[in-house]
Amino acid sequence: MSRHVEQTDAQGGHLSPTSTYLKVGAALLTLTVLTVAISRINLGPWNLVVAMLIASVKAVLVVLFFMHLLHDNKIYGSFFAGALVFLSVLIILTMFDTMDRGDLHAEEAAPIRARAVIYGDDGKPLKKNIHEEKGASEEQHENAAADTTAAEKSIDSTD
Amino acid sequence: MAESATHPQYLQHHFADAVQQRESSKLGMWIFIVTEVLFFGGLFAAYAIYRAWNPEIFHNAHTALNWKLGAINTMVLITSSLTIALAIRSLQVDRPKPAQHYLWVTLLLAATFMVIKYFEYAHKFHLGELPGKYYTYTGIEGTNPHVFFSIYFVMTGLHGLHVLVGMGVIFWMILRTRRGEFGAQYYTPVEVTGLYWHLVDMIWIYLFPLLYLVG
Repeated sequence: MSRHVEQTDAQGGHLSPTSTYLKVGAALLTLTVLTVAISRINLGPWNLVVAMLIASVKAVLVVLFFMHLLHDNKIYGSFFAGALVFLSVLIILTMFDTMDRGDLHAEEAAPIRARAVIYGDDGKPLKKNIHEEKGASEEQHENAAADTTAAEKSIDSTD
Repeated sequence: MAESATHPQYLQHHFADAVQQRESSKLGMWIFIVTEVLFFGGLFAAYAIYRAWNPEIFHNAHTALNWKLGAINTMVLITSSLTIALAIRSLQVDRPKPAQHYLWVTLLLAATFMVIKYFEYAHKFHLGELPGKYYTYTGIEGTNPHVFFSIYFVMTGLHGLHVLVGMGVIFWMILRTRRGEFGAQYYTPVEVTGLYWHLVDMIWIYLFPLLYLVG
């Protein structure tokens, strides 16, 4: 039977031939075998990239053919695309923060880290803080320095 | 339109015609899918952040997962997606009987997925490969390997919960198909169930490589 005869169902919706579903199903299973096979080879950081590429090809096949986005009203696809845009904003913008947190706060964190005491499961400190006295004296020096700068600044502003 | 003039039983009075009703239902389902993508998206973001912070933990801990069981479950879920798509196609061509059979196969495959998942979970409970403070296993090198298992259990647990809900809805669709409610004129409930089920499949398509293969 020609495919053109069976293009639409009784409600005017698109009717895909059974063979399309079987082909997409076979492609999905093949890609699953492929991604497992590739994961057995060590590609270093490319392992993640290749695995995500294959997963995305599979997801696109599911969305276009099983979920009918290829032939359906474009509004469904635009809503779904909107979700993906916001998902990438969520992940990428959050990671801009989490990946650089250490760099931004390294200097501010240094005096805090120096005084930090790590507690064990028994609620007692694991090690005595060796920087305790040194840290305290440094802080005094810093405070003194800060006071001087503040004083200088106030003189500047009165000029 | 003939359908709207005779006002069939499945057409609710606040819709102008069957097409409008169907398109509204599907749009509603797609909006629900949007919320689901962002719901799971928070967990995918957590995965990305903790993996970036602890690459060696994720690498060492992911070897504790059985990739063979994960791969079998991926195939099971993909096949179930195929069978529910074929169930909907059968209804489109007005053949409810094969549609019902396809739905039963889908339900059976979903149950298979959960049984395999149960054995995986039972094994991890036995070894103490558990989230947070419940982690007692000692066979994984590196500090805080429980971070990986916290993410593993929350992501696969929430996904498993979706499979269970899907099984309930698919069973309901089988009953309604048996009662002769669906045919070429009306099959929207099965169609939106299919959309939900494909989403559950799609999330697993990402979970499988992220947790079992490249973790």
